[in-house]
Amino acid sequence: MSYRSIVLVKQVPDTANISGQVMKPDGTVNRAMLPAIFNPEDKVALELALQTRDKFGGEVIALTMGPPKASELLRECLYMGADKVILISDRKFAGADTLATSYVLSEAIKKIGSFDMIFAGRQAIDGDTAQVGPQTAEKLELPQVTYTEKIVDINKNKITIRRRIDGGHEVLESPLPLLITVIKDAAIPRPFRATRVMAYKNARSLVELEKMVEGNSLLYIEDLKDEYIAKSLFIETLTMDELSVEAERCGLQGSPTKVYKIDSVVLGGGKHIKIEPTKEGLGQLVDKLMVDHIFG
Amino acid sequence: MPNFFTENSDILFHFENLHIEDIVELTENFYEEAKEYNYAPINYIDAIENYKKIMEIVGDIAGNFIAPRATEVDEQGNTIENGKVVYAKGTQENLKQLVDAELMSVEFQRKFGGLNFPKTIYMMMLEIVSRADASLMNIFGLQDIAMTIEKFGDEEQKKQFMPGFSSGDYTGAMALTEPDAGSDLQAVNLHAYQNEEGQWFLRGVKRFITNGGGEVLLVLARSEPGTKDGRGLSMFACFGGDTVVVRRIENKLGIHGSPTCELQFNDTPAVLIGKRKLGLIKYVMDLMNSARLGVSAQALGISQAAYEEALAYAKAREQFGQPIYNIPPVTNMLIDMRVTLETNRSLYYDTCKWVDRRNKLELHIERLKNQEKNFQDETDKMKWANKVCNLLNPMTKYILTESSNKITYDALQIHGGAGYMKDFTIERLARDARITNIYEGTSQLQIVAAMGGVIKDILADHFDEKMNKTYKGTLNKLADHLKEIREIFTDCLKYIQDKNDPRFQDVAAKELVDLYSFLYVGFLVLDEAEINRRKIFIANRYITNALANARKSSEAIKNGQFSDLLHADEILQ
Repeated sequence: MSYRSIVLVKQVPDTANISGQVMKPDGTVNRAMLPAIFNPEDKVALELALQTRDKFGGEVIALTMGPPKASELLRECLYMGADKVILISDRKFAGADTLATSYVLSEAIKKIGSFDMIFAGRQAIDGDTAQVGPQTAEKLELPQVTYTEKIVDINKNKITIRRRIDGGHEVLESPLPLLITVIKDAAIPRPFRATRVMAYKNARSLVELEKMVEGNSLLYIEDLKDEYIAKSLFIETLTMDELSVEAERCGLQGSPTKVYKIDSVVLGGGKHIKIEPTKEGLGQLVDKLMVDHIFG
Repeated sequence: MPNFFTENSDILFHFENLHIEDIVELTENFYEEAKEYNYAPINYIDAIENYKKIMEIVGDIAGNFIAPRATEVDEQGNTIENGKVVYAKGTQENLKQLVDAELMSVEFQRKFGGLNFPKTIYMMMLEIVSRADASLMNIFGLQDIAMTIEKFGDEEQKKQFMPGFSSGDYTGAMALTEPDAGSDLQAVNLHAYQNEEGQWFLRGVKRFITNGGGEVLLVLARSEPGTKDGRGLSMFACFGGDTVVVRRIENKLGIHGSPTCELQFNDTPAVLIGKRKLGLIKYVMDLMNSARLGVSAQALGISQAAYEEALAYAKAREQFGQPIYNIPPVTNMLIDMRVTLETNRSLYYDTCKWVDRRNKLELHIERLKNQEKNFQDETDKMKWANKVCNLLNPMTKYILTESSNKITYDALQIHGGAGYMKDFTIERLARDARITNIYEGTSQLQIVAAMGGVIKDILADHFDEKMNKTYKGTLNKLADHLKEIREIFTDCLKYIQDKNDPRFQDVAAKELVDLYSFLYVGFLVLDEAEINRRKIFIANRYITNALANARKSSEAIKNGQFSDLLHADEILQ
């Protein structure tokens, strides 16, 4: 039996490689200074979806909502082995919080049609909310399993999943379709495949083609689009017009989350206490931690 | 997250200045394959973009995955289970990633599952992988085994042996050395015989076989009973199945991740590659030439790794109230290392291109023959390229592997006592470097091989052309130095020829090959300095130092120090 999977992916600033000038004086992030990367847990989610396809057969579709440059992320999904990629991109979707994002994603998924599984990373390294996956599942009225560390088995329409919990794990069964979010340890993402990189390096989304047309009066978007479709290099692109969404639930307008205040916290080095590695020393350390309410 | 390609400015410099239009055009048969394969390039720019993207993947895998596993691979090594080799865990993981990325058949034609990349790009990958884990080169670099089958085997053999490399099912080994046939391969004794149906079988023992547990073995064997020299040897391919037993894995100083095996062939079925009797004189020579280039890559990769370790340590280690990086003799050692490293790389990529060009011209001549077209021009070009290769390839191996030993030695020295401890990577690098100037022909044999072209001064016209060129500003002074080296060389060459003593020529060969390399590399870096300001520093140190060394070489050749060879027994008693 084969399965159709959708993977929710996101391009994020690389918060692991922070250099100077990343923080603006007001304490907000200067995104231009951070390279954009594949959200690590989303990459693991894609890997798990690809492994499932390799084992059982089927299809993997990667889906992202983002600005035009998120097209690069989708190309990377193709390099890893995704069968199809879809970009949701529209200025009217900008500024979305998790509520508005999951709303648009769920509407896009409805448009894609039938599926057996939705994979997503547990959370993105920029917002760290871990909300988009669960909210999408709720909107689609799907069962969900978060913190997946292993797909134990899939048997017809039943999936067995091991999920991490504090101090251990639990094994759950669920009917399909469902949505799962995946933790980093679930798999090591495969490297990009050389032939796919060379084949798909010129894949372009509609927004990218539009940009090419802007700078060249000899090009017509419809012709260009047809040319890319003919070469199997067109990245399907959904704008607000293609989705049956309510405008007021999208983008900044549909996002109730408001940033109240950002403080720039400079961590100063505290004072050092030297504790001897003896029984007495350790006793003193425990006492100190109790007094400071770090323990107990 | 270090990427060993995108974060190495010198490799990028060479990549940006490859200028291999001619090679790529022949490799891609004038971009004909783009019609058939969606990943084949449509033109040169597209090809270079492909190579760059794939190099980025190699750089990522090498820097972020292979390098962090290298210490454990070194500690764990390989084991034998039931007569078969089991790689260290890290090696297995490395290979899986390289297979997943489709990098185990880089040069193969597309119809055999390959990427059809130029050798130059594949060699760039070898350098980067070697920097991460030198021992992995001995498995990753053995794609050449299949290339030998692609070049000399028939269609059926290609289909039989090649696709398994891309899928990761096969790795290769070349089984040449025997207990009594090391540098002297003419003495190979492993027996090849045919049954009544004409099926070949192999019987005997091979020793020091790198990756001897590989699935596809190319075996040099004596197919002509009664013969004693190289003309009785043929090349065979076989699978390392049940009839090939790995008797032992050698316990080596370095490259622990590379299993060096003793193999016993118990009537192993095999197929003859190419023609009988050409095993050593044609096919092994060809394979060895490729393998030498691979070892040069390995040496260069180790040098880069050692330099990085030394630099990082020198910056971090404080003595006398400052990082030792600031202490002039240490700074000077670092500059020396860096200059050697970069000039090595210039020579390396130049050699790669010549070998690539020669191979692709051969391929193209075959195509022209099949189309019954004239191929005289191509043949002339190929013959010239071949001459240059026969000089540059052994010269490069000699220089890069000796440099690698020097650089790892100095890098360990910069670490002081800490470098002698297992806690730092440099001790592994120093051990790994030590094999490079021994296997695939010792430095002494590389000098013999290079000497043929040096004694004939085959690059005389090339040097004349370079010497007549005008260089920018201060570079003219360096060009004058090179002219002086050229005079020293011709003077020494004449001295040796006049002396007409083969024994003297053999010992003076090292000095003469050194002189020739100063000239060749000197002009290479001078050209680089013309297009890159930073390279002026590299050219300056290299060439001024080369002039000093050239004077020393000249003195060594002419001062009669070698005359005591005649009294060797008295001195050595």
